[in-house]
Amino acid sequence: MNTTIPYKLLNGIGILIVVSIFAFPFVWMISTSFKSLGETMIFPPAWLPESLHWENFTAAWNSGPFLTYFKNSIFVSISILILQFLTIIPAAYAFARYQFKGNKFFFALTMITLMIPAQLIFLPVYLQFSAWGLLDTLWALILPFASSAFGIFLLRQSFKQVPEELLEAARLDGASEWKIILKIMIPIAKPVLITFGLFSFITHWNDYFWPLVMTTSDVTRTLPLGIAKLREVEGGVAWHILMAGNMILVIPILIVFFFAQRQIIRAFVYTGIK
Amino acid sequence: MAEIILKNISKKFKEEEVVKNLNVTIRDGSFTVLVGPSGCGKSTTLRMIAGLEQQSSGDIWIGDECVNDLPPGKRNIAMVFQNYALYPTMTVRGNIEFGLKNKKVPKKEREILIREISEIVGLTDYLDKKPNKLSGGQRQRVALARAMVKKPKVFILDEPLSNLDAKLRSQMRSELIQLHKKLGTTFVYVTHDQVEAMSMGDEIAILNKGTIQQMGSPMNVYHEPNNIFTAEFIGTPAMNIFEYNKVKDHLSNLSRKVKFVGFRPEHALLALTEKEKDAGYLKLASEIITMETLGAETIYTVKNEAGVMHIKSFIPPFENAKELLVSIPYEKLYFFDQEGKRYRSVSTRQMDTALAGGA
Repeated sequence: MNTTIPYKLLNGIGILIVVSIFAFPFVWMISTSFKSLGETMIFPPAWLPESLHWENFTAAWNSGPFLTYFKNSIFVSISILILQFLTIIPAAYAFARYQFKGNKFFFALTMITLMIPAQLIFLPVYLQFSAWGLLDTLWALILPFASSAFGIFLLRQSFKQVPEELLEAARLDGASEWKIILKIMIPIAKPVLITFGLFSFITHWNDYFWPLVMTTSDVTRTLPLGIAKLREVEGGVAWHILMAGNMILVIPILIVFFFAQRQIIRAFVYTGIK
Repeated sequence: MAEIILKNISKKFKEEEVVKNLNVTIRDGSFTVLVGPSGCGKSTTLRMIAGLEQQSSGDIWIGDECVNDLPPGKRNIAMVFQNYALYPTMTVRGNIEFGLKNKKVPKKEREILIREISEIVGLTDYLDKKPNKLSGGQRQRVALARAMVKKPKVFILDEPLSNLDAKLRSQMRSELIQLHKKLGTTFVYVTHDQVEAMSMGDEIAILNKGTIQQMGSPMNVYHEPNNIFTAEFIGTPAMNIFEYNKVKDHLSNLSRKVKFVGFRPEHALLALTEKEKDAGYLKLASEIITMETLGAETIYTVKNEAGVMHIKSFIPPFENAKELLVSIPYEKLYFFDQEGKRYRSVSTRQMDTALAGGA
């Protein structure tokens, strides 16, 4: 490690530049969400609002049925998460630990689904759901994501790292396969599960495309659609309200991330069990 | 407590037969060691007893129950693994408790059992620590405690000491022997280390290429090897074995079936010059290649007409000698036939007269 002062200085400047690039849009969003309409328009731009306009948030919240959007978003994201955990954990365990005919083939099939974009399959799914009468219900937002190829892949790798002796020890201790999954595999893979859960939650919380296609009424729509609607105000975009809406969208994610942060870092530096 | 009987056990992995028609009875309450070089099938045998591997044919009996179709958890067996296989996310207590919970032992009883066991193995202060905070020896003790707490009929141990350093290993070795005495349960122990086998087992089964070469008490196996493999495998340095042809001049008139002759390194006597004609010895004038002085004993590597051999001697080392006379009493010689099987029909008396007459 080079520890001379010029090196440290350069290093610090480099970090600062990268951080600013990533943080700027975020900081700008926060700042704008507290501005008055006038402040969003002036040039040169006002970096910080003169006073904090908390009323932007109430304005955003009251501009539509935001409570419904919010509840829908929570319900959809969490339902997806639960269903995904229920499906990917047994699937990953089977792919990682059992030798059955077609193991490789089915795993390859699972991986292939990763390469197909949602835009390609939304039409058949739409027609299918229409036939089942599920359009414009929350089921249409949840069911297509009840499993995740990415999650299976991620978890399978982590299950594969668990030494076989551990499972044998558990079997000798009289544990059933379910018990092995619950008491041994899941605790070991916890950082990976939390990381995946966070990715999944953020993806579906922020998802715009799928709800837009599958829903038509306010009763079933989610937050991102509600926020997008804020732009459709007559007489130009009210940036401060829009940004306040975005803040409402982002805050739950920030809270989740705050709690999961340590686990995520562990998932990436995790080197297996001695 | 139970006897283990393996009847005509074979195990094939695809086309390769790793265990061939094994018939073994492991005595109730014995400390039986399965020993052999790597790939000899000893671990596979152990895993079949545990139920972690299904035998291709044959029956396994534990006590008076045929366990062929019983899953590992139902066989009343506890196993200690080479790398301990402790559950990394559970505390020491959790590790010990896991098997009891699966057996639905009530909480109060579990607590009593855990307290007892942790006192025996000296883990009381570590019950709430995770395995990664423990040293190698402590992990080993957790693994033992986890096995013991289930009060199994049979203990099986798969090279449990090979991850420990030399000092800890000899300490754990004697602890295991004491533990076996205290529990009186059948122990089946797998190792590739013949020193461990000799020092711990009261019964040793030597395996090679999937078959049992010999089974018996350590001293029996040491003094009465049935074949060249056992003779060379047990004992350090190994038994010296050479072709009969090379020493035919000194040992004439032996049966034609004898192809190899051997002796234990410590049975040879060393001298600088030949004393009077003392009959009853195979004498080989030898050149010293190396001399290892270990304090109590000295190990010579010498070369003579029969080849290179090791001699263990307990007399003070011959410091400056280059040549030695190696004398082996006839009664300490072992004879083997073409296939390496022990040839026992050479009695020493017969040999004495034969040789006396010949010389």
